[in-house]
Amino acid sequence: MTLSIPSTGVIRRFWTRRLQPLMSGFLSFLLTLFGLLVFTFILSRAAPIDPALQLVGDHASEATYQQARHQLGLDQPLPMQFFNYLSQMLQGDLGVSQITQQPVVDDLAMAFPATVELATVAMFFGALIGILLASLAVYKPGSILDHIARMISLLGYSVPVFWLGLLGLLFFYATLHWSAGPGRLDDIYTYTMEYNSGFVLYDAIRTGESEIILNAIGHLWLPVAVLALLSMASITRLLRAVMLEESNKEYVVLAQAKGASRLRILLSHIFPNVLGTLITILALSYTSLLEGAVLTETVFAWPGLGRYLTSALFASDTAAVLGTTLLIGTCFVTLNAIADALTRWVDPRTR
Amino acid sequence: MTNNQTLINIENLNICLSNGQSLVKDLSFRMGRERVALVGESGSGKSLTARTLMGLLPAACTPYANRAQLLEKPILTLSQKQWCQLRGKKVAMVLQDPKYALNPARTIGMQIEEPLLLHQKMSRKARSEKVEAMLDAVGLPNPKEIRKWYPHQLSGGMGQRVMLAIALINDPQLLIADEPTSALDHAMRDQVLELIFSLVEERDMGLLLISHDLKQVAQYSERVLVMYQGQLVDELKASELANSHHPYTKTLWSCQPHIEKRGSPLPVLDRNELEKRYGNT
Amino acid sequence: MIINSINQKVWPKWLNTFNLGLSLVVILVFIAISAPLLTDYDPNIQNIAQRLAPPTQEHLLGTDRFGRDLFARVLYGARPTLLLVSLVIMITVPIGLLIGICAGYFGGWTERVLMRFTDIVMSLPSLVIALALVSILGPGLMNGALALAFTSWPSFARQARTETLALRRSDYLAAAKMQGISGWRLIIGHILPLCLPSAIVRAALNLGGIILSAAGLGFLGMGIQPPAAEWGSMVANGSRVIFDQWWVAAVPGCAILYASLAFNLLGDGLRDKMDPRHDK
Repeated sequence: MTLSIPSTGVIRRFWTRRLQPLMSGFLSFLLTLFGLLVFTFILSRAAPIDPALQLVGDHASEATYQQARHQLGLDQPLPMQFFNYLSQMLQGDLGVSQITQQPVVDDLAMAFPATVELATVAMFFGALIGILLASLAVYKPGSILDHIARMISLLGYSVPVFWLGLLGLLFFYATLHWSAGPGRLDDIYTYTMEYNSGFVLYDAIRTGESEIILNAIGHLWLPVAVLALLSMASITRLLRAVMLEESNKEYVVLAQAKGASRLRILLSHIFPNVLGTLITILALSYTSLLEGAVLTETVFAWPGLGRYLTSALFASDTAAVLGTTLLIGTCFVTLNAIADALTRWVDPRTR
Repeated sequence: MTNNQTLINIENLNICLSNGQSLVKDLSFRMGRERVALVGESGSGKSLTARTLMGLLPAACTPYANRAQLLEKPILTLSQKQWCQLRGKKVAMVLQDPKYALNPARTIGMQIEEPLLLHQKMSRKARSEKVEAMLDAVGLPNPKEIRKWYPHQLSGGMGQRVMLAIALINDPQLLIADEPTSALDHAMRDQVLELIFSLVEERDMGLLLISHDLKQVAQYSERVLVMYQGQLVDELKASELANSHHPYTKTLWSCQPHIEKRGSPLPVLDRNELEKRYGNT
Repeated sequence: MIINSINQKVWPKWLNTFNLGLSLVVILVFIAISAPLLTDYDPNIQNIAQRLAPPTQEHLLGTDRFGRDLFARVLYGARPTLLLVSLVIMITVPIGLLIGICAGYFGGWTERVLMRFTDIVMSLPSLVIALALVSILGPGLMNGALALAFTSWPSFARQARTETLALRRSDYLAAAKMQGISGWRLIIGHILPLCLPSAIVRAALNLGGIILSAAGLGFLGMGIQPPAAEWGSMVANGSRVIFDQWWVAAVPGCAILYASLAFNLLGDGLRDKMDPRHDK
């Protein structure tokens, strides 16, 4: 996307190298968000349940019904409706949920930190193990460890996450009692704890009481383990392919000819070259974790976005469904945009 | 006084693929502190030989030999650790295309400094000075500026000079140059070769130059080894190239266009003869 | 990395990813087709007296909470899964190819608009969007397939466009043009056949993920409706009794794992075959 360029030399260089890519990236980001909004708008108008009817009930008179329609802005031409929709969004009005009778925005504000906590902790472990396992392919190619890593990665990639969660509960909760089971915290603590930032683990640590902390971890570790396996599998799979490709390149041969050890080649030569791709892979993994959370939270009764979405689905609560879709979609788009910008920044060819 | 140590000593080297196909057959030669050229067309096995000497054969190829010694060390049985002590310190390699052989994500300064980090204990300042001295020695201007550059900012000739700097910074005893000028344009070729040879002379090193260009080789080396389809077919002094007796060498030498031969057709190699003599691999 | 080791594991020649994946998939298809032959039980017949029975000789894998034979339900459950997956592929691949090739061939504004559209759809969360779509359209096989297809086509479009761009400058295409072939005939007759192989590989690679997404939809009750036997909804039903009669949920989950694994192996194997540079 070419925009007009200012004339002075230094400013021009700064513009083309740094600002312009950022600006066009930002514009892409806005455009994609716009597309997402269009999509949710179309869905909201295509919903089988007539919102005006829902408001006034089946027995209302024609006049009341028309009044309700006018009130909701449904009698206006579509572009006007879309404009209203947009302005509503920008003001933070996502409608009211059928089930909770609360503004959807408030519901989401409560559910969002729960999902973020789950996804972030899972991502941390998944990425750590994933990167280690992928490095094995290059550090000890063809070894037993490498083959085991490939098999674990393949299994993790093929397993249905909700089933794994269920089996996990069966095994670690019901049988071994190593997990504290569904939910984020035992009821006793939930209502007596003083801190309420939305991040239960953080709050538990702030109280300083080991009982609460252990309880929080007891609830957290199993869903985190399940999600971490998922993220590890996809990270290993993708990173491994990239690292193998890099390891067959000429500069690796030259590095060997210099007398560099395998470890040094891995860390000092291959890693800097896969960093850009790694960032993209990690962003991809985090976004798929957000999706995996939809199913996992249902199994573990974790009060996050996923569970909110599925309850809304069962109750045909259109406003809640679309509101959650919008939030998750926005997270996706934002993460992808940040990853793109970081990748470009890391590549020395664009400096 | 130059120590005429045998740098390379190979007897009956065979390199085979896993399906039994032989890529290099019964190759034997010795080399001391001299400038030797290994010449042949594509597929003659010369690059493979060079890589074997550095222990960098692809996994699909397996080497066998009666004897294979580099600087008196048995290269077919060295461990990874032993290779790491040898490569970059006593023997160094220059590859063909700097566009691919230099690490795109690291500065040139760092890449030239790396052999020092790996093999010598020097202070940061001393390393820095050596890197700049080396950049100067290979004829690159403005060492202080250039060390912060990345490989994609260099031209082909400059990149090749950087590779040379990397190879020679630890003062190795042997330099193996695998087609160092094939990726450069003609104007650059002579310059880079001149540089290689002058540096090698200056440091009293051995040089194994792999090439497919006989004329280039004749100008700069002392001895020439000719390979064809994985076998060594001729071995002679560079000065005697014009009077060689071997049909292959003779054709290679005389088939180059020359102003005196203008108007007459160039000689063509009779491959059937050669196939009969050396057989198919 | 260049390895100088002669100790390489020697697997039997036929035991590679592709063959393994292909045989597993063939077995799956066979089971789906010949389910009536493999079991006497009707998957939908209820027998409340025998509900939640553990695996016995009579019911090989036990029964669910309506007394339906689990073994039969698992076997018959292969059908909706394979059907859904085939539908998704049949919708996704042609649309993706069409959009990608058109973008690559026509260039200019067509390309810009199409690619922008592709990028937007690509950065949307596929499962969540599919759920939103299904909640509006209503649950069922066709709607589920449409919903999943909606977010799967962008990767095909991108790949097809890249290949078309490369082909546009090729001599092969120039020769065809010189013979007077142009427009749609050129696209369908000359560009499309060259884009197909990588599209097939990509489809195979995506299949495993589509199976998991489809099972996820089923688990949430958004797929094929009961009483039809579908693995995802079977797991959901079994989750209610997971702690006591764990096999009711465990068994259909294994089936999902099997199917996903089979297609992932097939996809990996196919990709390795097509592109020899990739490590095995």
